[in-house]
This record gives sequence, structure tokens and C-alpha cells, in this order.
Amino acid sequence: MFDLTLAGARAGLRKGEFSSRDLTEAFLGAIETLNPVLNAFITVTPELALRHAASADAALARGEHGLLTGIPLAIKDLFCTQGVRTTAGSKILEHFIPPYESTVSANLLRDGAVFLGKANLDEFAMGSSNITSAFGPVVSPWTRNGDNRPLVPGGSSGGSAAAVAARLALGATATDTGGSIRQPASFCGITGIKPTYGRCSRWGIVAFASSLDQAGPVARTVEDCAIMLQSMSGFDPKDSTSADLPVPDFAAACRRGVKGLRIGVPREYRSDDMPPEIETMWQQGLAWLREQGAEIVDVSLPHTKYGLATYYIVAPAEASSNLARYDGVRFSSRTDGADLNELYENTRAAGFGSEVKRRIMIGTYVLSAGYYDAYYLRAQKIRALILKDFTDVFRTVDALVTPTAPSAAFAQGERMDDPLKMYFNDVFTVPANMSGIPGMSVPAGLDAQGLPLGLQVLGRPFDEETVFAVGAAIERAAGFTALPGMRAGGGA
Amino acid sequence: MSLDPATVRRIARLARIRVEETQLVPLGHELSGILNWIEQLNEVNIDGVEPLTGAANMALRLRPDAVTDGGNVEGVLSNAPDRAGAFYAVPKVVE
Repeated sequence: MFDLTLAGARAGLRKGEFSSRDLTEAFLGAIETLNPVLNAFITVTPELALRHAASADAALARGEHGLLTGIPLAIKDLFCTQGVRTTAGSKILEHFIPPYESTVSANLLRDGAVFLGKANLDEFAMGSSNITSAFGPVVSPWTRNGDNRPLVPGGSSGGSAAAVAARLALGATATDTGGSIRQPASFCGITGIKPTYGRCSRWGIVAFASSLDQAGPVARTVEDCAIMLQSMSGFDPKDSTSADLPVPDFAAACRRGVKGLRIGVPREYRSDDMPPEIETMWQQGLAWLREQGAEIVDVSLPHTKYGLATYYIVAPAEASSNLARYDGVRFSSRTDGADLNELYENTRAAGFGSEVKRRIMIGTYVLSAGYYDAYYLRAQKIRALILKDFTDVFRTVDALVTPTAPSAAFAQGERMDDPLKMYFNDVFTVPANMSGIPGMSVPAGLDAQGLPLGLQVLGRPFDEETVFAVGAAIERAAGFTALPGMRAGGGA
Repeated sequence: MSLDPATVRRIARLARIRVEETQLVPLGHELSGILNWIEQLNEVNIDGVEPLTGAANMALRLRPDAVTDGGNVEGVLSNAPDRAGAFYAVPKVVE
């Protein structure tokens, strides 16, 4: 049963080969066994899951087949879930129980999904390793050949990615502000898509950087991501940046093929420090697409090298503003003080971890009087140049293919001495957030140490369909069947 | 450039985060490391470029200025660390 994809499980449910209760109980059992090691879930909700499963089974018995009826999913603990604690991976929201449901999770419930629990993440989605969670790091289900040191699953959606890779859920919601869907998908050997900014409503998602945050799915296959994204997407008047556009049939787009498509290869993504295995896999991916009828074209995105530094102005600036709401008064833990200012300062000193504090302070500095033009306004102008780079190349190509991350997963403790080293994980993913375009990571192979490597497909705004077509073509050619050592239904 | 302790103290104050005196120097070094790296953006020519405020690249929608929700005091206050009746409670702010 754990070998099923989301699409396979859906077919089995519709044929009555098993019930949603069977599936849900199997995943809850696997979580009970493996979560103490992986720490992929902060909160498991067995009673709620079985209630959802019972309604799904009743619906299936009536012949009602929703997009996701009876499918067990994990929900990143950044999506507010009514009556279920939502922590954002932070001590400051340790006891927060939302009185409302986020639009994305409500869409999934409308379509019949079963929620197993809330997936671990970097605190407020700030991180690339899941080390910054106040609820402890997530351990990747993968290990290097002959080396049992725990590896990071990537971040910030590390719990979501680890849960899917270890087969503790058929899919999971995730969010991506600078690469937080694509980089953990790459590290964990699964698929994830950040759709175009505006495709999924941000309403009810704990805000990090509002002009960059976008929800999307992680799942085992490209088609599974298409099915989940179909459900998660759609116009929402409660989010002022939600796109009022029809949602295409993403699953159908997976079957389109790439014959006649022009695929761009941005030369600025190539660097001397890139591990040769990643370069080889990139070339292999391009060869696969060429064999399936695509034309490969060299292109230039001249402002690529400035993406990361621009991001580290824009994201902290927006975060410092968004996180001002955690003041110890309305919905957070409180640490008392002699007066109101002291209460704020003590609450935030005790409630935020060091990376979150660092970003709030950077954001506060770049927005402070006298520095705004030099930092924030300059960053917004460079952001315009980054978008223009993409707009220009998408006049001549239909999609871009690059590596997802500059390395495979690393061990806990590695790269932790200097925040800048950690930030470089996102060098290939950040430009899609700066420009709002859709991006997907597809597993393409293993490195010499036996760890997964992903390729990234970038597309035009609101053309996720081409991204799905290219992603599915890479998936078909790669035939990626490697599995992590720690997983439900097999292995250690 | 390195942020001096007085500047770090000022930022921490603006951000409403208590920082111990002993942390001002190490935190200053850490923040300076990031800010110095960001300085690379000064080499980009931004003459005549309009700033991009968001990825949506679209005009925000307007809506009628009307009440659409409300009257849910218990829901709103359900996560308050301290309350007094239908209000949030905080330390005394007016002498």
C-alpha cells in the first residue's frame, strides 16, 4: 500500500480495492513508528484524520469522487487549520489554535482530502535545512552510502518533504519564499512545484515575506503534484494578490510531451564551484529533453548573480513588518515586563529563535530612516531587472531547465557556522520568487554518495502547464526509482 | 563597515527585541557580515529603473468599503495570553 502514488491510491479508492480508513490507518501507523526518528510532524491528528476518512468513505460509497476524496496528506505547519494548533515552527506560536481554516487547506478539505497532521518546518519558514524549528530538526530519510550521520531534508518545507519521501503521506502542502518547496524536494528525491505568485491564495498562511510567499504541493510524482495543485489553486477574494484566472487541467498537461518546445539553459547558472555530478546530471536532463523533441537553446539572465543579495533585503524587510504582530498581546506566548515595551521586547526575545531575530533585525535596519533608499528601494529596482531578464528570455524560449540546488543534502551541523553559507543553498531558486514565475523540482538521479539530485523547470507566469509537461518528460526519462533507507513498508 | 554597539542597540529597540549588552558586539559582527555581502548590489546600474513592489505585477483590486465579517469576540480573543472581559489585557500604559 505504501508503494502507491497519490494517483494510484485514488484509482484504488474509486475501485473499492481499499477504503480511505485502510489507507489512513496505515499512514498513521507508519507515522507512529517513524516520526520519533524523523520528526517530520510537529502535531499528528489521528482522530481528525479518521473522521475525515470516514466522511470520505461515505462519499465514495455514494459514488462521489472528489479530486482528492480519501487521500491522506500532511499539512505544513504554516497553514492555519481550524481548531488544530499551528506553530509556524516557532515557540512564539507554541499554543496558537487558529479559529479559521486557510483557503488552501479548505480547498483540499472541500475536495475530500484527509489531514494526518502538521508538518515540521524551519521557524517561520526561514531556513534551508529545517535546523531552525523550535520543535527540533527534521531528519532526512536518506543517508549517504556507508555513512549513517543524519542529513538535513532541506528547508523550509523539510517536514513536508521528509514525510512524503518516507511515505508517511501521499502528498503534502508546502510554501516557497526563496526555494522552500523546490530545495527540500530536491534533497529528498521527490517532486515539488511553486506555482506562479497569485495562483494559490495566501489567506490563512502565516506570512513571512508577502510579495514572495507562494503555496504549492510536494508529492512523489509530477502527476501527483498536478492533482494537488489543481485543488489548492483558484481565485480568492480574501487575498488581494490572488489571481482571478481559470485553473487549467494540470494533470492533462503532464501528458503533453515536449516536442517542439524551446528549452533555455541560462549560462549564468553555471559556475566553477558546481560539483561535476550536478553539471553532468544537468546535461543528461537536457539530452533527455532533446531526445523527446525539444530544442535546447543557450540563454542569458544577466542579473542572476544579484538575486540572492536582493532577496536578503526584500525578504527580511517584509518579514520584519509581518512579524511585528507577535507582540505577546494577541495570539502568542507572553513573557511579562514592567511596562508594555518591556513586555514586547521580552516576549520577542524569548519567543523567536536566532535566525528569525537576525532577519527581523536586518529587515528593521534596511527599512530604517536614512537607509531605505540605499537598501530597500535599490533592491526593488534590481528586482525589476531580474523580472525583465525572465520576460526577455521567455520571448524566445518556453521554459528553462537548471539544477535545483548547488549541492545534494548535507549533514546536520555542516554549513551552520556562517549564515551566508546556508543562504547559498537558494541561489538557483530565489530568482523565481523575485520574479513570481512558476518553478518545479523533479528528481533526476543520485550522486556518488547515493543522494538524490533535482532539476528545476522554470516557466512563464501562469504557464504551469508547460512546466508540468517538461517536468513529466524529465521524470519519464529519468525513471527515478531510488528510495530512502528509512521509509514506511520497507527499509530500516 | 561594522555596526557599532549603539547601532545594534537602536535596531534591537526598533525591532522590539531585547538584546543583552554582552551580545551587542557579536550580533553587530553577524549583521555586518550580511550587510557587507549585500553591498555587491551597489555595482548594479539602476538608473531609470522603476521599483518592482511585488511579483504579481498587476493592479490591486478594489472592493466596496463594507463590513464583511465580525461579531466574533470569542474567536478573536481565543488566543489572547491575557484578557479582561471582551478586551486584551496589557500592563498599565497611562500613569
